[in-house]
Amino acid sequence: MTELSLRLAVTFAQIMAEMGIVVITIATMTYFERKVLGWMQDRMGPMEVGPYGILQPVADGIKLFFKEDITPAGANKAMFALAPILTVVTALIGFAVIPFGPNITMDVFGITVKPFVVSDINIGILYILAFASIGTYGIILGGWSSNSKYSLLGGLRAAAQVISYELNVGLAIVGVILLAGSLSIVEITEAQTGGFWHWFIWGARPDGFFPIHTQIFAFVVFVISAMAETNRIPFDLPEAESELVAGFMTEYSGMRFAFFVSAEYANMTLVSCVAASLFLGGWNAPYPGTIFGYVGLEQLAWVEHIAWFAAKVYFFLFVFVWIRATLPRLRYDQLMRFGWKVMLPIALANVIVTAIAVYFFPRG
Amino acid sequence: MEQVFFFYFAFVIAAASVLVVAVRNPIYSAVALLIMFFHVAGLYVTLHAEFLAAVQIIVYAGAILVLYLFVVMLLNLRQDDRYHRQWPMAAAVGLTLVIEAVILTAMKGWTTPVIAAGTETTVGGTGNTEAIGDVLYSTYLFPFEVASLILLVAMIGAIILAKKDLGEPTEL
Repeated sequence: MTELSLRLAVTFAQIMAEMGIVVITIATMTYFERKVLGWMQDRMGPMEVGPYGILQPVADGIKLFFKEDITPAGANKAMFALAPILTVVTALIGFAVIPFGPNITMDVFGITVKPFVVSDINIGILYILAFASIGTYGIILGGWSSNSKYSLLGGLRAAAQVISYELNVGLAIVGVILLAGSLSIVEITEAQTGGFWHWFIWGARPDGFFPIHTQIFAFVVFVISAMAETNRIPFDLPEAESELVAGFMTEYSGMRFAFFVSAEYANMTLVSCVAASLFLGGWNAPYPGTIFGYVGLEQLAWVEHIAWFAAKVYFFLFVFVWIRATLPRLRYDQLMRFGWKVMLPIALANVIVTAIAVYFFPRG
Repeated sequence: MEQVFFFYFAFVIAAASVLVVAVRNPIYSAVALLIMFFHVAGLYVTLHAEFLAAVQIIVYAGAILVLYLFVVMLLNLRQDDRYHRQWPMAAAVGLTLVIEAVILTAMKGWTTPVIAAGTETTVGGTGNTEAIGDVLYSTYLFPFEVASLILLVAMIGAIILAKKDLGEPTEL
């Protein structure tokens, strides 16, 4: 038992805890989405399994687990098996750099541990972008290996869409990086401490209230482009059921299908976490300090921080569902024109304006 | 420990690079290339160049290779179309590289290695990303600007190639 093995054990425990939270969030989301959609469409949603259908995710999981696993004739077996794994792994791996609580350190048997972030690497946001772009391969390879024209078309659409909108996501983030002066999500979140006017969506300098560095345009571009990257309605052209059956996952069944679906929910959760951390202050409360801190329970402040982070993330997840219930699907050429001719110029202009503003009015 | 990682990455990079040109199916080539990019990024991480590692994956694996795959899938290449008689060319290039490798191995020890100015100790204080930005906008400003100019030319060229009717009056 050396320091290295202890460190490995602690990290492994952290990963297990975080994966547990994420998987529970995914399961909750499948229920939450159907329920909210039902309410918005004046229906009840799932009601049969458990009180108010609360055990529906469990039933769904059991059902998918015992479904027959079909590999279509003429499919490329290796790629067909690889694609769902690649998609779900890249969707889950990004959570490693998300700080879901304050940046404090703990001593565990002599080694320092940051309990609320698995790995605080100095290129956190780029790491997420990198693995988000790898996730595309799962979709493309799944579409290609299925030996079905619907799947292939879905895969190709996904590739074009993700490349187009990934650019906007990257450029929208640049403004925030300029303000925080760091690529680490932990440091970006810490730079927004002290009240909602310091969140980068409002963008006041550390000593003032005036929104001189506001990132509201970047925020809008980021949320729309992130929605497109996760292939959600109104950007779900890779799986448009009226034209492509189910797009790249047409030929998938059982657990492999479940992998694709849970990857979609994991990606939604991940971009919600990123949006909350970059633009809405992450685990910071909208007022300076914490209520627990004011009443003298400073050691419990992390509970409040985590609650705020969860509230922001679930707000974004609700917005995802809300938009699904509201907007119809875009046509393919509209999608491309919107990405390249509307989102991209706004994102580029935001980078230039923010750079000039930071140069003339430096932060602290 | 670092040695173990280095040899692992180096071995996979070499093996995957051979696979890229050796396998028959172009999709497998692309996947081998993806594995190769990943391990090159891993090599950067062992050198404490995390920024380069992330950019390597975002740019090469995330954008360029996806476009390759895109084209390969759309064209649906026949295997016999892909392999022309390229043996003389391949032999010439291979021979040159082997000779170069032999000469370099033979010359090892004759020349003293030139130590780069930016060692790890100078980089460590500011952080990898800042160090790259600093060097890019001071020492290597001119090559950087030239590269961006070339990219601009390529962009304009692509637009002109794609829009053949640019000179003609548009009909409404």
